[in-house]
Amino acid sequence: MNRHLSLNLGLAAAILLALVGAALFGETALSAAQYGQALADPASGPGEVLWQVRAPRAICALMVGAALGLAGAVLQGLLRNPLADPGVLGVSATAALGAAGAIVLGAAAIPGLVESAALIGAALAGLLLVAIAARVRAPEALILFGVALSSFAGALTALIFNLSPSPIASAEVMNWLLGSVQNRSWIDVAWVAPALAVAAVFAAGASPGLRMLTLGEEAARASGLSMGRMRVLALIASAVAAGAAVAVAGVIGFVGLAAPHLVRAAVRGDPGRLLLPSALAGGLMLVLADLAARLMPTDQELKLGVFTALVGAPLFALIAWRAAREWRL
Amino acid sequence: MSALLELDSVVARMGASTVLDGVSVSVGAGELVALCGPNGAGKSSAIRAALGLTPLQSGAAKLGGEDVRRLSERERGTRAAYLPQERHIAWNLPAIEVAALGAPFLTGDAALQRARAALDEVGAGHLAERGVAEMSGGERARVLLARALVVQAPLLLADEPIAGLDPDAQLLVLERLRARADAGGGVLVSLHDLTLAARIADRVVVLDAGRVVVDAAPVEALSSDVLRSVFGLDGVWVEASDGPLLAARRLLQV
Repeated sequence: MNRHLSLNLGLAAAILLALVGAALFGETALSAAQYGQALADPASGPGEVLWQVRAPRAICALMVGAALGLAGAVLQGLLRNPLADPGVLGVSATAALGAAGAIVLGAAAIPGLVESAALIGAALAGLLLVAIAARVRAPEALILFGVALSSFAGALTALIFNLSPSPIASAEVMNWLLGSVQNRSWIDVAWVAPALAVAAVFAAGASPGLRMLTLGEEAARASGLSMGRMRVLALIASAVAAGAAVAVAGVIGFVGLAAPHLVRAAVRGDPGRLLLPSALAGGLMLVLADLAARLMPTDQELKLGVFTALVGAPLFALIAWRAAREWRL
Repeated sequence: MSALLELDSVVARMGASTVLDGVSVSVGAGELVALCGPNGAGKSSAIRAALGLTPLQSGAAKLGGEDVRRLSERERGTRAAYLPQERHIAWNLPAIEVAALGAPFLTGDAALQRARAALDEVGAGHLAERGVAEMSGGERARVLLARALVVQAPLLLADEPIAGLDPDAQLLVLERLRARADAGGGVLVSLHDLTLAARIADRVVVLDAGRVVVDAAPVEALSSDVLRSVFGLDGVWVEASDGPLLAARRLLQV
């Protein structure tokens, strides 16, 4: 009990430090006096940089990371598989497809429309997964279905590229698919925050069932907890969280996969207690990753999705390697 | 008083094949009933049907006198504890947390208290803080038995709980199940070891191809005729100092 509390408090403290770091460093170097001015007068030049550029961007990264970490933890618990995440199950790809379609159709001109399309895509994927899960109980079957869904959504997105008459729209879609929290404002934060809250409530409802599922499908179904209800709650939570993340930041891989791994040992494997620290770890990872991507001395700013994949994939391989040796994957 | 468990002419299918073909079994309070039969006879299906985990073509499964299909999941979970054959535990939880899963409706501390007592009961108290992934198969079987005991349901359904265990662990598991029945609970357990079934059970129900062949006191149920026709064994019961012992050889030499 205390150990879990201190884990979460520790992660929260690390997030605060990371946020301070994200506010201090950036392309525009500020002097100590300018920081003072920014704090005293948010409407001043340095104040604008701090409160309208860096702060919403860092908060966005935090929330997107938290949403991905939460979605990953929920899906891994639901499928009893440490390789599950919104990317694997096709939620991210379907959200991306929705956004890509909206961009090509010219929806980018109307604020909120691309985001809505991404959310609708994720929701459709979630509904499909709920419907499938009600008919097939084997988690492996759901994973296979997710992989198929992911490939199909990817193929449709490729088709959009293929048939798009305007190279500008294609470039826009590409840019968006790479994943970034660059130039995100408080409006974007206002998008992702309620979705994250809703997902958290549903995830909390699914938590006891996820823990029970540790015993396997059969034992869990006879345990007295409603596994059908739990499955719906869990899929809604992950679809909403992943959909909101993709809607605001595009496709950012590996956070949903890696965040649960980073904290699993600390909660001794408990898939219910994993949810909060996994969300916190995901948020921390993305704030740090965004800060690192900003500080990279590249001509073009490194896209966050590219950076997480570059760092995340080898890191994930390393985690998988170690996990496979200590505890079968 | 109605039986804790009643299967009444249950018919169930799996795909195209009929796995239960008019099975009737009852388990009363204080009774340990063993389900015996060759692989594929329908033992696991009967247990799953009793829990409402298998859709029935016809017939009824009743827990405490009420149709299992009309019970809420919670009521089902409190009337019957289930120890499945599958012993895979998905995550590396400590044993005490796994055992505590038997009481999902208790507060954390109360559940842990029960879990500790149950682990002690199965001789696994020293394993409480150990991760289940770091355990031997026998240790994990004890932890899962403890989980089923934590439920404290009137009825306990155990599907081949001693498969793959060493002799000492087999006896310990059966001893605990017997103790449960002696304390007034009902136990339905599927077993392949006929000697152990005869020694532990009040009644033996022999299943073959989804039908009940016989339902009687152990040695009577496992008569030479039944051993021959159902199990393909030429066997006799020998009265050893500590109970009946089956001496058997295969009828068909292949």
